[in-house]
This record gives sequence, structure tokens and C-alpha cells, in this order.
Amino acid sequence: MQYDNEMRLEFLSKSSNEAFARVAVAAFASQLDPTIEEIADIKTAVSEAVTNSIIHGYEENLGIVKIFAGIKDNAVDIEISDKGKGIDNLEEAMQPLYTSKPDMERSGMGFTIMENFMDKLEVQSIPGEGTRIIMKKVILSKKLTP
Amino acid sequence: MDLEFVKELNTLIVKINCELDHHTSDSLRRKVDSEIQRYMPRNVVFDFEGVRFMDSSGIGMVMGRYKNIKRYEGKAVMASLRPEIKRIFEMSGITKIIPQFTNVAKALESMQGGKKDAI
Repeated sequence: MQYDNEMRLEFLSKSSNEAFARVAVAAFASQLDPTIEEIADIKTAVSEAVTNSIIHGYEENLGIVKIFAGIKDNAVDIEISDKGKGIDNLEEAMQPLYTSKPDMERSGMGFTIMENFMDKLEVQSIPGEGTRIIMKKVILSKKLTP
Repeated sequence: MDLEFVKELNTLIVKINCELDHHTSDSLRRKVDSEIQRYMPRNVVFDFEGVRFMDSSGIGMVMGRYKNIKRYEGKAVMASLRPEIKRIFEMSGITKIIPQFTNVAKALESMQGGKKDAI
């Protein structure tokens, strides 16, 4: 896929980087002139994916979280990946309200939010190797140039 | 101040003034719990006017405090939520047990049995 613009980010799986990650991706996507609601959707979905990598992927040990974002026409593709422990049962993990960490007061709504707020969600995970979240957001407010 | 507490009769108003994610919710939870322990309020109002961003960590934070207060037959409600935050709570279904109000005054009114208290 040939993108019109691309960016890459790499950071340590520290919870203090959650805000940095969502703001950086939202700032990159802002060149498509999204509405406030579209920006909020992107920030929330990125925050969910990055939090999953930190809490579940690396189980709060240090690792690297990578983000790629690419703009093509009026859409932004976002990939968030980690080399953490992976997800054993993807179907179960993606069910609304399912959480493997209820003791941490996790709501189990992360994947449901990503699915609802973005136009596409794909989860690739290999147990023991890591997880990659691929999302797409179509920016409807973007006026296509003739 | 990320957090402000106001006591109104038997209700603790928890005013959150920061983004609510996994990073911030850990310390917020501890502070709110210790304030609930100290004041032993009957009810809790979560004031979201100062919350500009929230992800699903906020659901767990509110739900956890609700479970604590429910043990003493208390109520928990939320007030002044931005539309995007309202939507996240509605998606999780917790608004059925923790109702949302347009502002703190209306939230207090609902808990004091219609009696309007100045805030």
C-alpha cells in the first residue's frame, strides 16, 4: 500500500506513554481535518490498544510498543504492535465485558470500543510472540480535492 | 489538582480534573477510596466536567467505587459528561446502575429525594 503520508513511533511500555501515544496519533491524523468527534474516536481507540499492550502484552514489564500510521486519501490506517505474551483465546478476549484482569478493575470494553469507534479492526496475535492491532478510520469531514 | 472533594450533606462529590486512562486511574482510585473511608458518605457523585478524555479505564474506576458504596446501601451517580464520554459509559451498560445527570445540582437532587441543595 502506497500511503500519502506515514509516521512511526516506538516507546517503552510505560503507562505514562499512553497519553503521549494517543495525542501523537491524533495530531498526525489531524491533517485530514477530522471533526472533534473523529479525533476523540481515534484517541480512545489508540489508548485502548496501547493500554492492552502495556497491561496484557507485557504484563507491566518493560517492552517496546510500536505504532505505525499511514494516510491514504481520506482515511488513516493505524497499527499498534507489541512483542508481549500474545492472546491465547482471541474470541474470548474480544467479547464485550470479558477481562482477564478483573482484579485490576479492567472493564473488558477495550476491543468493543475499538470496534465501535473505528471503521475497521483486525487483531493478529501469536501466543508467546506478540500482538498487532490494525485499525482504520475514515475521516468523513475531509473534502476530497477534485 | 487532579481531584477535588466536596461534601454535601451525606454525599461525597468527586470532581475529576484530569484525563482518565489506565495511567491516571490507578492513583485516582486510591485517593477516592481513602476519602470514602474517611467520610463514609452514603452517596457519591462523580463530576466529569473537568474530564476531557476518558477510555475504558474510567468504566472500571467508577464501577469499582460503586461496588464499595453499594455495600452500605449507598448510591453512585455521574454528572456533567461530554458526549464522547457519555457514549463510552452507555456502551458498557453501567448507566443502568449508575445514572448520568446533566449537572451536579440535578445529580444531588435525584439523591436527596427532590430536595434542592445549593452547591
